Parts: sequence; C-alpha cells; structure tokens
Amino acid sequence: MHLTSSPIDLPSLLAQARSGDGAVATFVGVVRDHNDGRPTVRVQYEAYRDMAESEMEKIAAGLAREWPEVQVRIVHRVGLLGIGEASVAIVATSPHRAEAFAACRAAIDRVKTTVPIWKKEFHPDGSSDWVDPTKEKSV
Amino acid sequence: MLYFASFREAVGRDEEARELPEGARVRDLWSSLAGGVPLFGRFPSMPPAAVNRAYADAETRLSEGDEVAFLPPVAGG
Repeated sequence: MHLTSSPIDLPSLLAQARSGDGAVATFVGVVRDHNDGRPTVRVQYEAYRDMAESEMEKIAAGLAREWPEVQVRIVHRVGLLGIGEASVAIVATSPHRAEAFAACRAAIDRVKTTVPIWKKEFHPDGSSDWVDPTKEKSV
Repeated sequence: MLYFASFREAVGRDEEARELPEGARVRDLWSSLAGGVPLFGRFPSMPPAAVNRAYADAETRLSEGDEVAFLPPVAGG
C-alpha cells in the first residue's frame, strides 16, 4: 500500500502477486481526457501522504477481514499525470475469481471515499479546478 | 494545521501553528477558521477532519502539538 511519484509499474505489481492462487483481478484507473463535459489535458494528484498510506493500509486490513483468502495491493500515483497514465492500480489475488473481483471492486470504491488524495484538472484554455465528487454533475 | 488542495490555495500556505484555549475541540478550531477564510465560511457544515493523520470527529479534544487538517472533498482513484 503506497503512494508513488513515478509511473505505476503494473508488470512488477503483478509479478509480486501471490503465486499458487487461481485468480488475479486487477483494476487500473487511468487519466481521462474529459470530465463533467469539459476536456482535460492533464491532472495533478496531491495527497496527505502519511495519512493516505495509513488509510490505504486500513482499507487493506478491512478487506482481509471480509475476504480472508484474498491478498490486495494498492498503489496510487501522485504528481502531474498526462492523459492515459495510470493513477491507481489494485491487484487482488485469491484462490477463486469471485472473491478476487469482489475485493478488487471494494478496494477501489473505498480508496475513492476515504483516502485523502485530491485531483486538479487542467483544461486546454489554461484554466484548472479541483475535482469535487460530492458536487452534482453539470451534464 | 495542515492545508491541502483547494484549502491550501484558499489560505495561501500549507501549514501554520494555531493557539487554542485549553480543552478546545476540533469544531472550535473549524469555527475559528471559518470566520477568516471565505471558502471555509461557505461550507454548510464542518468538512471531514484528521487529527494526527487519522479521521477525527468534531467533538475530539485537541492537545498541544496535535497535527490537524480539515480535508476538502477527496478525489483519488
């Protein structure tokens, strides 16, 4: 469970997945070229670093209680990212696919809700704004 | 106090020290900030707060040396 300012290395994350299990579910979030009806040219992720890593550990501990057979790893990128770059990667390893999918889905849902990370979107006209997922979408 | 993202931009700094009366709670600190920063004053209620890098509720009592942050809406993922 960690933050990184370097590009997320998915092959290396997958290589660290527990061997001997039958299922590896992955989720990779990538930077979209638009949001809420406006084009985006790049984004900046900012984190409350110590707390973010500790909240990611809490999420992993909660998942381990709910799905004891699943091993989950979470990596989140910080800093300036271009379109298509991975912002978050989750790898859930389990003896069977159902638990791997479920834990992977729960992991990304919880990351979006509780981990103190913020996203600023930059638009082609030079303007930028902090994304507020609690606001109603305008489109 | 630590400030992040839109809150950091609104106050123009990323950290500062604050003196509070003995026995002050998280909500007292928010009230004192909300009067001075227009963005904070527009919040209908206190945003999520962290004390020493863990979520804390409004009634949490603060002590000397605590690291406190009010958190803008998170947008990871």
